Amino acid sequence: MTQKLVVIGNGMAGARTVEEILARNGCFSVTMFGDEPYGNYNRIMLSNLLAGVETEEGIFLNDLAWYRENGITLNTGTRIERIDAAGKAVYDAEGNATPYDKLIIATGSYSWTPPIKGIHHPKRGYHQGVFAFRTLDDTRGMIRYARDHERAVVIGGGLLGLEAARGLQNHVSHVTLLHAMGHLMERQLDPKAGQMLQASVEGKLGIKVITNAMTTEILGKDRVTGVTLADGTVVECDVVVIAAGIRPNTGMVADSGLPVERGIVVDDQMRVRGHEDIYSVGECAQHRGNLYGLVGPLWEQARVLADHITGTAGVAYTGSKLHTKLKVAGIDVASMGLIAPEHDEDEVIVYNEPKKGVYKQLIIRDDVLVGATLVGDNSKAASLIRHFDRGTALPEERSELIFDIGGAVEASPEQMPDDTQVCNCNGVSKGAVCGAVAGGCATVGGVMDKTRAGKGCGTCKPLVQRIVEWANGGAAEEDPAASWYVPGVPMPKPELMAAIRKHRLTSVSSVFATLVPGGAEDAKSKMGLASLLKMMWGADYVDERDARFINDRVHGNIQKDGSFSVVPQMKGGVTTPAELKRIAEVAEKYRVPMVKLTGGQRIDLLGVPKEQLPAMWADLGMPSGYAYAKSFRTVKTCVGSDFCRFGVGDSTALGIAIEERYQGLEGPGKMKLAVTGCPRNCAEAYVKDLGVVAIDGGKWEIYVGGAAGAHIRKGDLLTTVGSADEVIRLTGRFLQYYRENANWLERTYAFVPRVGIDRIREIVVDDVDGIAAALDAAVEEAVQAYRDPWKERAEPATPGQFRTSLPLTVLPQVPVRS
Amino acid sequence: MKTLTVLGPLSDIPLGEGRAYAVGDDMIAVFRLRDGSLRAVSAVCPHKGGPLADGQIDNSVVVCPLHLFSWDLSTGCSQSGQPPIAVYPVRADDGQIVLGE
Repeated sequence: MTQKLVVIGNGMAGARTVEEILARNGCFSVTMFGDEPYGNYNRIMLSNLLAGVETEEGIFLNDLAWYRENGITLNTGTRIERIDAAGKAVYDAEGNATPYDKLIIATGSYSWTPPIKGIHHPKRGYHQGVFAFRTLDDTRGMIRYARDHERAVVIGGGLLGLEAARGLQNHVSHVTLLHAMGHLMERQLDPKAGQMLQASVEGKLGIKVITNAMTTEILGKDRVTGVTLADGTVVECDVVVIAAGIRPNTGMVADSGLPVERGIVVDDQMRVRGHEDIYSVGECAQHRGNLYGLVGPLWEQARVLADHITGTAGVAYTGSKLHTKLKVAGIDVASMGLIAPEHDEDEVIVYNEPKKGVYKQLIIRDDVLVGATLVGDNSKAASLIRHFDRGTALPEERSELIFDIGGAVEASPEQMPDDTQVCNCNGVSKGAVCGAVAGGCATVGGVMDKTRAGKGCGTCKPLVQRIVEWANGGAAEEDPAASWYVPGVPMPKPELMAAIRKHRLTSVSSVFATLVPGGAEDAKSKMGLASLLKMMWGADYVDERDARFINDRVHGNIQKDGSFSVVPQMKGGVTTPAELKRIAEVAEKYRVPMVKLTGGQRIDLLGVPKEQLPAMWADLGMPSGYAYAKSFRTVKTCVGSDFCRFGVGDSTALGIAIEERYQGLEGPGKMKLAVTGCPRNCAEAYVKDLGVVAIDGGKWEIYVGGAAGAHIRKGDLLTTVGSADEVIRLTGRFLQYYRENANWLERTYAFVPRVGIDRIREIVVDDVDGIAAALDAAVEEAVQAYRDPWKERAEPATPGQFRTSLPLTVLPQVPVRS
Repeated sequence: MKTLTVLGPLSDIPLGEGRAYAVGDDMIAVFRLRDGSLRAVSAVCPHKGGPLADGQIDNSVVVCPLHLFSWDLSTGCSQSGQPPIAVYPVRADDGQIVLGE
């Protein structure tokens, strides 16, 4: 049955709420009352209209046609004077009654006028030349008047006052901003940030700012000629704009007997207290003691109201965490939560660069961001707002919160053109990501699967996440699979390992059969499970070859033309003339299209057909270098103390020993190591999964969690030890801890900061948890189980293991280099 | 495909894997699913020509080994916006892989 819905107020809150209700196919005939004789416009954009960067048409959200098309009866210029809650009707000034079944009060706010002598004219509202800044008509009047005048004064140094001052510069040559408080925007900014903003407003924009300026009188007989301040100062002017704050429009509501305190009192369903059929939303509503003047909370309220009024049970608005990110008069400002610490234990981080007008302050309590103020640089605002909203864990390196370490600028999705390439590996544009969201995919993982964005090197994942969040209206849907070890088994790694042990699951197929509801196998999960089971069960692992990726089936890295690369082991990057000759002969015999030195100090024979692999391995007579697996790869070394004039430790010998011991060890991701003979670091040990640096005095530093690929990170110093044996032992212990605890494909550069270097040191070096012996034993068992896979060649492990899968035609041909 | 072609013994294909066969001018990848059934699709990935017979499978999809795009083995439809791949009727008969209906 169609119900009569009456909405008092046709501002942003009222119209948005009606839009939300229409979107839910609510069965209502809607009547709206608006004070202003227009459709619905974006009040926030009035300052742009004043500044001349926006047109009147441009700021309309819903024109009159929209109301017609949606069957809404809009009464513009009609003021409701009384609500009869008992009789369920509203009355306008002429006494006309409009009955309702449901009523929404969205009367918003009015511009507050401070009690200043001479501000009003006895015959017509304000004195000639004095304007409020709230409505389209105010703005039109201001523009018309300012055109013929030269000096403007704005009273009020909050957001609105600053915007008005900036906009007036478009029309008059002198603008003075008077603010009664000690610093600008005191509601959002601490004194320091306020002063910084003031310096920019004065220095960059040329607006004169006077703080602690109490305006006492408007001067001028017929029209404004100046204002007087409490200290006697006179500021000459011919335009005065009042932007001293807003007050909720509640008078009529209170007079009608509804509960009004500071605003109209509503419950969590946005219903006016004690009235089942009356709602209130927006700036006029008081929820749990709070009034909200920003659009973010207003949109949330509108959604809850619309859900509730259309019959969705269990919805509740629980209040908003206030944050704002904007350009105030052309200057970046962001503010969220506290503007000053409240407890001695609150962690306060401040960065201040007056010359550039940049100021950043963070307030952190119990490792959660509870407040932030930014002036002059909003590049980190979006990520801070995310931390603030969700209370997520903060990086140990607090500076990462206020700076982009490494120079990556955080692009904001809204400013990015649709054709911007987001994923540079798979060539996915912002538009394609948004398209996937519009197509109903609202989780980050889902969008990545659909578009393959972020599925290459992974560097763009945070950007993909931001775009998905933005395209989905602020937040991505929770992706339950995000915490799973592999997408096809619904468990995080620790739970999964416990279940595997409990059921003694030694094969990939048994994991699917036992732990997946319905038992469905998942191709994309097989490789991760195979790695995990091999690590857990060692010799007892039941190796189903189909669980392996092709690289692990044939022990080579598949290339774009379907051929494979052959990289023989070359421990520590040290070789011999005899070995080189043999490699050369094999390369010639098999007409290897390309011979290439690798970054890990080895030789790569590229373009080898699958069916030739076993014969080549036999001719080479060298073990596999594992350049294809998620496993221990190489130990890069420098020449160390044998020949180098600077070497202080025998890096080659240690590198070879480490590689000899941990060769082929499989893990959740690649493990690339290095040993360097002095801190000059020629072997790049600081940017390896585990890097060892010889320092003078016979000592070795061990760094973990470094990377220099798509992600660049200097490793964290794990510890310094006095012997090569100790390095080898701790290397094994760290790698085992990583193998047991990292997520699938989580490299050490992500794993180490996630766990924290201090915690890793406690476990690996100090053995606080008492598991060091178990880690040592586990890695020893894996070391003993090592078999060179290239020995598996006399008989294929499976029928047709090395049979070609190449199509006869249509292949990208790789050029032969001679 | 009206004619029947015997590709070879079923034991040529390990459980859960695929092998490529040349049939006339076509290269066809035949997969032996872990549920015991067979699937046959075009052996060439329409994206960049990858050898699909080297891809990993489950009981519904094959994942190309080069760029990890996936296709439904029964319908040939891409799950990630790529063009579809051809599917062929295939069955096991007396231990032999038989292509065609």
